[in-house]
Amino acid sequence: MNNLFVYTLRLADNSLVLAQRLSEWTGHGPFLEEDLALTNVALDTFGTATSLLEYAAQVEGKGRSADDLAYFRHEREYTNVLLVEQPNGDYAKTIIRQAFVDHFNLLLYTELAKSKDETIAGIAQKAIKEVTYHVRHSSSWVLRFGDGTEESHNRAQEAVNELWRFTGELFEMDEVENNLVKEGISVNTSLLKEKWEKQITDLLTKATLKKPESSFMQSGGRKGMHTEHLGYLLSEMQTVPRMYPNAKW
Amino acid sequence: MENKTYEDLFEAKLAKNEMIEPKDWMPENYRKHLIRQVSQHAHSEIVGMLPEGNWITRAPSLRAKKVLLAKVQDEGGHGLYLYTAAETLGISRDELLDNLHTGKAKYSSIFNYPTLTWADIGAIGWLVDGAAIMNQVMLQRTSYGPYARAMVRICKEESFHQRQGYEIMTHLAFGTPEQKAMAQDAINRWWFPTMMMFGPPDAESPNSENAMKWRIKRETNDQLRQRFVNQTVPQVEYLGLTVPDPNLKWNEAKKGYDFSEPDWTEFKNVISGNGPCNKERLGARVKAHKDGAWVREAAAAYAKKQNQSIAA
Ligand SMILES: [Fe+2]
Ligand SMILES: [Fe+2]
Ligand SMILES: [Fe+2]
Repeated sequence: MNNLFVYTLRLADNSLVLAQRLSEWTGHGPFLEEDLALTNVALDTFGTATSLLEYAAQVEGKGRSADDLAYFRHEREYTNVLLVEQPNGDYAKTIIRQAFVDHFNLLLYTELAKSKDETIAGIAQKAIKEVTYHVRHSSSWVLRFGDGTEESHNRAQEAVNELWRFTGELFEMDEVENNLVKEGISVNTSLLKEKWEKQITDLLTKATLKKPESSFMQSGGRKGMHTEHLGYLLSEMQTVPRMYPNAKW
Repeated sequence: MENKTYEDLFEAKLAKNEMIEPKDWMPENYRKHLIRQVSQHAHSEIVGMLPEGNWITRAPSLRAKKVLLAKVQDEGGHGLYLYTAAETLGISRDELLDNLHTGKAKYSSIFNYPTLTWADIGAIGWLVDGAAIMNQVMLQRTSYGPYARAMVRICKEESFHQRQGYEIMTHLAFGTPEQKAMAQDAINRWWFPTMMMFGPPDAESPNSENAMKWRIKRETNDQLRQRFVNQTVPQVEYLGLTVPDPNLKWNEAKKGYDFSEPDWTEFKNVISGNGPCNKERLGARVKAHKDGAWVREAAAAYAKKQNQSIAA
């Protein structure tokens, strides 16, 4: 398979699955202003996902559309990292998941903005502006939770402990990505790890939270080996097009 | 005697079509009427996020999902403008929300109907937002300044809502036979509840008389309802669909349609808590508020600590 297609789809799946999760909050947020703010993040993330899926469809060149890629692939064909498919849980878990992803995305897109692939570079440049705001949003909540009340502190710490095992996957490299790095198209994410860990450790420390000691990391998303949560997310998302496969919406 | 002078001033302003502003003297009944209406309107925007929000995760295309998400977010924004307008009348957001959660305050009865298929999202945008726009266009010239200004901002966004709804209906009506049937089914279910949105017939509308006198409302329930039917029937026809009303007929003499009244007994039932989704809608709002309590407390505690360290 075409490396660029596989890679673009990975990026797209990360955004699409995360946006789908975030949009579950719309109308149910902890207060109105925050409901609107998180929906903004969801909208931005859907926007990035759509651009990436459109490009993946074009690169593949087999007549599949962005919608086809979103609605007619099953669990084992989705290649997002496990972190983004984890259920929202309470607001602390949603925010911690988001902070982990936002800090990673800002580092990633900053590098991708220099990609030799003009489309990828363009999508990344647009995303940087949005993710800069997302980082500010999620980080400010990490601080409020960590250094807010005892309850919020405990909830945030629990979320950190629970989600930490999914962060290693963000920095995994394989042959597809190594080849694209050589061509100047993608990013060696293993080189971003140190920076990310420092940023996150600083943030957690400032929030009086602890980085977990345990270093065992789950992985598998890139190979379509997901947690059990993804299947439900996809069945919900894909239900209408799959019920009416000949219809256009 | 001084009150009389204030009242004269107030009446004079209304007569000259001038806005009443928060610092102006206003009769207590006027204030009460406005608090009731503006807060009811705000609650309707917020509760209205739920039936459509029910389909965000199941929107059948990437574009439809993005548009719906933006639309539901807009409604939240409208709620925010309106809560802010209500606060200028001397009531706090907490009190307003409390009134909603305890069932003391009402919201539009339309949101107590379930969204069963994707076509319902089209029908809501097109019919429900369409009906809301008729009301809201009028309210841009309502006598209370902050309310009128909130409505101006809201109206700018509403026409996009109606268009997105009609666009969904167009895809369905000109799509596969199953899609067309889905669209017709949605019209069948949403037509009469939408007609109810304009409120009871003028003869039986308890709050209308004052609202007209104070220029809070500028057209009656029946006038607005008639205008809505006149505008909407041709749109239904364009889609090749039908209005579920055997009595619908063009009346050349009045240059408008004759039509059946909705079932006002059903309306009263829904208003008094017995609609198909009243429990779910209010339940979802109360749950979000309760689940969010520790988040709001954390934000307040953190802000307090920050202020103390700045002061120190
Ligand atoms: Fe944005
Ligand atoms: Fe609205
Ligand atoms: Fe609307």
